[in-house]
Amino acid sequence: MSTVAYITARGLFGRRRALLLLPLPLLLVGLAALCVAYDVNPRNWGPTVLVGLGLAVVLPVIALIVGTGVLGSEVDDGTIVHILTKPLPRRDIILAKLGVAVGVSAVTAAVPLFIAGWLADSPKLGLALAAGAAVGAVAYSAFFLLLSLLTRRPVLLGLVYILVWEGLLGRFVSGTRVLSIEQYVIAIADRIAPTDLLVGQVGLPVTIVMAAIVTVGCTLFAVDRLRSFSMAGETS
Amino acid sequence: MSTVDLQNVSRWYGNVVAVNDVSMTLGPGVTGLLGPNGAGKTTVLHMMAGFLSPSKGRVLLDGEPTWRNPAVYAKLGLVSEREAVHTFLTAYEFVRASAKMHKLPDPDAAAKRALELVEMTDAQDRRIGTYSKGMRQRTRVAAALVHDPQMLLLDEPFNGMDPRQRMHMMDLLNKLGERGHTILFSSHILEEVEQVSGAVQVIVAGRLAASGDFREIRRLMTNRPHVFALQSSDDRRLAVALISEKSVSGVEIDNAGLTVRASDYGSFTRALPRIALGEGIRLRKLLPSDESLESVFSYLLEA
Repeated sequence: MSTVAYITARGLFGRRRALLLLPLPLLLVGLAALCVAYDVNPRNWGPTVLVGLGLAVVLPVIALIVGTGVLGSEVDDGTIVHILTKPLPRRDIILAKLGVAVGVSAVTAAVPLFIAGWLADSPKLGLALAAGAAVGAVAYSAFFLLLSLLTRRPVLLGLVYILVWEGLLGRFVSGTRVLSIEQYVIAIADRIAPTDLLVGQVGLPVTIVMAAIVTVGCTLFAVDRLRSFSMAGETS
Repeated sequence: MSTVDLQNVSRWYGNVVAVNDVSMTLGPGVTGLLGPNGAGKTTVLHMMAGFLSPSKGRVLLDGEPTWRNPAVYAKLGLVSEREAVHTFLTAYEFVRASAKMHKLPDPDAAAKRALELVEMTDAQDRRIGTYSKGMRQRTRVAAALVHDPQMLLLDEPFNGMDPRQRMHMMDLLNKLGERGHTILFSSHILEEVEQVSGAVQVIVAGRLAASGDFREIRRLMTNRPHVFALQSSDDRRLAVALISEKSVSGVEIDNAGLTVRASDYGSFTRALPRIALGEGIRLRKLLPSDESLESVFSYLLEA
């Protein structure tokens, strides 16, 4: 593990916001377990819990907390200067932080999604959701990491993307789905384990191309922004 | 040995000009960057450190631009004013992490050496979150020195230090300067700069107001006219008596009392009680009205 990744991981888990990662996965698994315990037909709860909660809320919110935390917190408190005053290519810094964000988000979201998918249908659906969540964690993390370099309110803007773009427009304006990471995750999971619990609305080729464009584009943009990282003077 | 070169550098934020057409070349030794708060010192330092792009002009370290050029950090160390440290690490972990990011061959030895330089060895295994402000500052200096940089930039480095730590830091900067390092530190306190450095760059309102040997600039500062506000039992008679005093260059009288301009601070403050006593006048108020640092710098700008 690189020194940048080590400091990032220690910083991430040393902050209170790391505790925010726990409730949503627990809620997801708890609701799924409750439905199974009361023998409710998975067709009645599966789409709501797996998609409505798991893919529309748990995965993006966890990726938002982690993705904005790995760099945004250091930008906020100024500790990023300690890393930036080293002769490290900015690409290496972004990749180390992205690696930590993807790893933490993927594990935190994929494990509960795997359990919930298994409880709803089969281990195959669990694996499909976990694989989709892993791909989603990559794209979301790259996007939210970039947001933390573009704005001083990355969490707010990230929530607007999750709730308004994906949650609202994604349901009513079909064109916006091509730019919805949630839809990529559904498409991947649906392809690996086709069930009537998940209905992919974006084709797999489009998903792969768009997820790659979002990830690579956001990462390259973040590297460029970090190269131009400025500290304001006293008069600004 | 490193040289930093500012060539007609300006920096503005919208309509606000923070730094206005500043040119300077800094070589080995310690240089103080002096100026009142808000003068543009931090902006100059940030541009030198590659954390701000000049709106106009060029900032070069050994001929290389500092902006968007991380390679310069191999020979540059920065201690920014903002007290930003990873509080969850110990000082040793923090400085060793710096050494590793510099890809030094023996990070442990480099971290130990840097912590010894700032006298932080005893507390090096405690979390930085438990440190006083001065200890945090010394830890940050150790992290900036871990790769033995040729150029060291420090923004208000003595803030938060107690007198002993301050003396030690001044001694350290002097030693580094004598060894051929290029050191630039900013301060708004004249006495700090006087004790550390012979060369100063004075920034006032974003412009380079004076540059060169501190003693020469200090002489200009002490020779400036001093303004005093005075009230007495008989202002008019006192004004007549004062105008014949050699150190007094002007007297104004109004309802609030007298405003006296003195060309020599020491001579005037010694002569005033003698004159008042001789005239049988009781002094009720004596206030130096332009002793703020800003007024000293403004005078320099006009000189």
